Amino acid sequence: MASSQTAPAGYEKYYVPESSSLALRATIGLVTTVFGAGLMLNDMTFGDPEASSSAKWVLIAGLVFFVMTLSSWFGTAIRENLQGMNSAQLSHSYVLGMFWFIFSEVMFFAAFFGALFYVRQLAGPWLAGEGEGGRMNGLLWPGFEFNWPPTATPQEAVGGADSQLIANNGLFTTSERSMAFADAHHWYQWLPMWNTLILLTSSFTCHVAHTGILKGNRKQFNVWLGITVALGIIFLALQVAEYYEAYAHFGLTLNSGIYGSTFFMLTGFHGFHVAMGMTMLLIQFIRSVKGKHFTAAEHFGFEASSWYWHFVDVVWVFLFLFVYIL
Amino acid sequence: MGAHHGPAAGLSRWLFTTNHKDIGTMYLWFSFAMFILGGSFAMIIRAELFQPGMQLVEPGFFNQMTTLHGLVMVFGAIMPSFVGLANWMIPLMIGAPDMALPRMNNWSFWILPPGFLMLASTLFMEGGAPAFGWTFYAPLSTTYAAPSVTFFIFAIHILGVSSIMGSINIIATVMNMRAPGMTYMKMPLFVWTWLITAFLLVAVMPVLAGAVTMMLMDIHFGTSFFSAAGGGDPVLFQHVFWFFGHPEVYIIILPAFGVVSQIIPAFSRKPLFGYASMVYATAAIAFLSFIVWAHHMYTVGMPVAGELFFMYATMLIAVPTGVKVFNWISTMWRGALSFETPMLFSIGFLILFTIGGFTGLMLSIAPADFQYHDTYFVVAHFHYVMVAGAVFSMTAAVYYWLPKWTGRMYNENMGKIHFWVSFIGFNITFFPQHFVGLAGMPRRIPDYALQFADFNMMSSVGAFIYGASQIMFLYNVIATIVAGEKVTEDKVWDGAEGLEWTVSSPPPYHTFEVPPQIDPSPAHG
Repeated sequence: MASSQTAPAGYEKYYVPESSSLALRATIGLVTTVFGAGLMLNDMTFGDPEASSSAKWVLIAGLVFFVMTLSSWFGTAIRENLQGMNSAQLSHSYVLGMFWFIFSEVMFFAAFFGALFYVRQLAGPWLAGEGEGGRMNGLLWPGFEFNWPPTATPQEAVGGADSQLIANNGLFTTSERSMAFADAHHWYQWLPMWNTLILLTSSFTCHVAHTGILKGNRKQFNVWLGITVALGIIFLALQVAEYYEAYAHFGLTLNSGIYGSTFFMLTGFHGFHVAMGMTMLLIQFIRSVKGKHFTAAEHFGFEASSWYWHFVDVVWVFLFLFVYIL
Repeated sequence: MGAHHGPAAGLSRWLFTTNHKDIGTMYLWFSFAMFILGGSFAMIIRAELFQPGMQLVEPGFFNQMTTLHGLVMVFGAIMPSFVGLANWMIPLMIGAPDMALPRMNNWSFWILPPGFLMLASTLFMEGGAPAFGWTFYAPLSTTYAAPSVTFFIFAIHILGVSSIMGSINIIATVMNMRAPGMTYMKMPLFVWTWLITAFLLVAVMPVLAGAVTMMLMDIHFGTSFFSAAGGGDPVLFQHVFWFFGHPEVYIIILPAFGVVSQIIPAFSRKPLFGYASMVYATAAIAFLSFIVWAHHMYTVGMPVAGELFFMYATMLIAVPTGVKVFNWISTMWRGALSFETPMLFSIGFLILFTIGGFTGLMLSIAPADFQYHDTYFVVAHFHYVMVAGAVFSMTAAVYYWLPKWTGRMYNENMGKIHFWVSFIGFNITFFPQHFVGLAGMPRRIPDYALQFADFNMMSSVGAFIYGASQIMFLYNVIATIVAGEKVTEDKVWDGAEGLEWTVSSPPPYHTFEVPPQIDPSPAHG
């Protein structure tokens, strides 16, 4: 080797873990989960409704194995960190990993927001016959008028699936009510507003917890982190209540045309991410309370989770604006 | 935890490895296996098209072949091959002890084989494999798809997860693991192109995941993203898909640019001409790739303003790409050229990729594209870019670094024969497709009008020649590993530059555990 063997000043050895079975176990877990999900969905949609299916057991077994593997993986990473194997450079690799992971999540949501904007600004008016390209739609969907939230799907506008000129791929019925802000007299009954307040508050409490650990004040950290987790749980509970209301009282379902599609997919994926972030923060809470982990200098597990939490919060602000208000 | 731990024995070395060289090797072999699989699908396509009329396979199966050929080649052969190259070379090139996140690196690889097993298994499912083309446009892929589409969707999800994790790892490695003194503008161009590629992957693979998730919901849960009856739009699928799909094209070609930018200077015995402009051109191409996606959709009925915007934005890409082509040529200008196999493949790349670039420029013209759209002209265009671009450059890379990886020299004569047979076979296959395409032969059709018969027969003969030449490649690689002549120098090629040539051939299992000293002189002129 041309290079000299003496390490430059300030250099710490980068810890490269020995061979590990974690990746292979995670592969088995992930692939079994996905395979089971595929079997289950196909049984549901294409299968014989009478036949019993073992697909869900494949899914459950895969999921359990996957979650166990991930927890043992994160456990290993935490243990290595506590044993001081992580140099400053390695810690920075984790920072970069988390940052770019969140960026990929941003792009995932961008796909669904993009779909929403496209439908509302372009495809919807075109379906109602607007513009050069819309002329043909006047023939295909006579009587369809575009509003947001929609008052009728194109299918309903032409008098149901039977009078539709192009191939039928399902029944799409508009809900009686949308999730938009409806009644100024009963504003306090509007769940999305409360959810917004809760989530914004939780970002603030998460930040207070962070300042606590930065000062080395574990009590402040634990209390405010606990409040953050609790707010996350309340948010999720309200989300469940909102979905129940949508299905049971508003007639708003996944089948409610593009409004239902975009509403449930955007809020559903967001809710799933809140659940993930809440779980991450809960683990950090348990680590701090039980294991006395984290110091003023070293609390990356919490920091990464808090970035994720702020990220789902920002997504919610966009959701509130574009799904509920505008 | 010994400092000079060798590899573990047996199968567990490969299953449990965290070593970037092992993982790179697995990626490379896996991608070659997929190259053979995707290639055999192509052979079936060309055998059916050898003569007009229905010959060998049912039309439905033909459609499954075109679909799987595209998917396997893009996601199974080309992308993993460059990820393998990145794994092997980036730590060596920047003086890093390994990739930044070694365990995740192993996971990125190991979910690929079962992902492709799932994709390939759709061939044996009821209703057959996906048959809607590799672009899987709705409603063909939703309303009219076979049940196997569910497993196709999940396979895409798995491949996406693999790509995202692999890319995050590459970004973290390049940003965080460079040896002291290895500034950004001193990095080899291959590292630069991969850094930008990895950024593109992290940005657009989630969008693809979004697209297939919307498909999944439309198929199984009654949503109407791609269904006009519910207020959605099938064209929405095309927008989401191509927002992923166009950057994807550059994801495939940018690492190829990087490889050629390493090889041409080595065999011209001159530094790369215009290093900084190469970096900026790569970044410019990456930026432009986000604002040109609808040039794949000129005939779908967009407003004229949209057509014009996407047309002009697309044409802009010719500028940074032209910068690159001129820089490669200028690098060779008055160089002390020699024509070993890697250089031959690189020059082949340069000529044929430029042809593919020019046909791309033709296709970018919206009014002209109304004639070319969905014809064999498009097929010819993207095979000039994908095969003569990405695959030729990947082949060049294998020949260039194989002596470093194995410590053994490949058979140069056989390498040169491989090049000429590939080059001739490739052009016989795809050049005539320009003509049949301009004359109106549609793509993805198992039968065709009689006037296209001669050119199609030529195409098929060329395809068999090109396919057979890959067996020669495989043989040469295996023969090198098993019994190639031993290489004694660290620096196998006298004109090669870079840290990978400062370590022994083959390199020790762990390299640069202590970072190397980087020459403090100013970066590339």
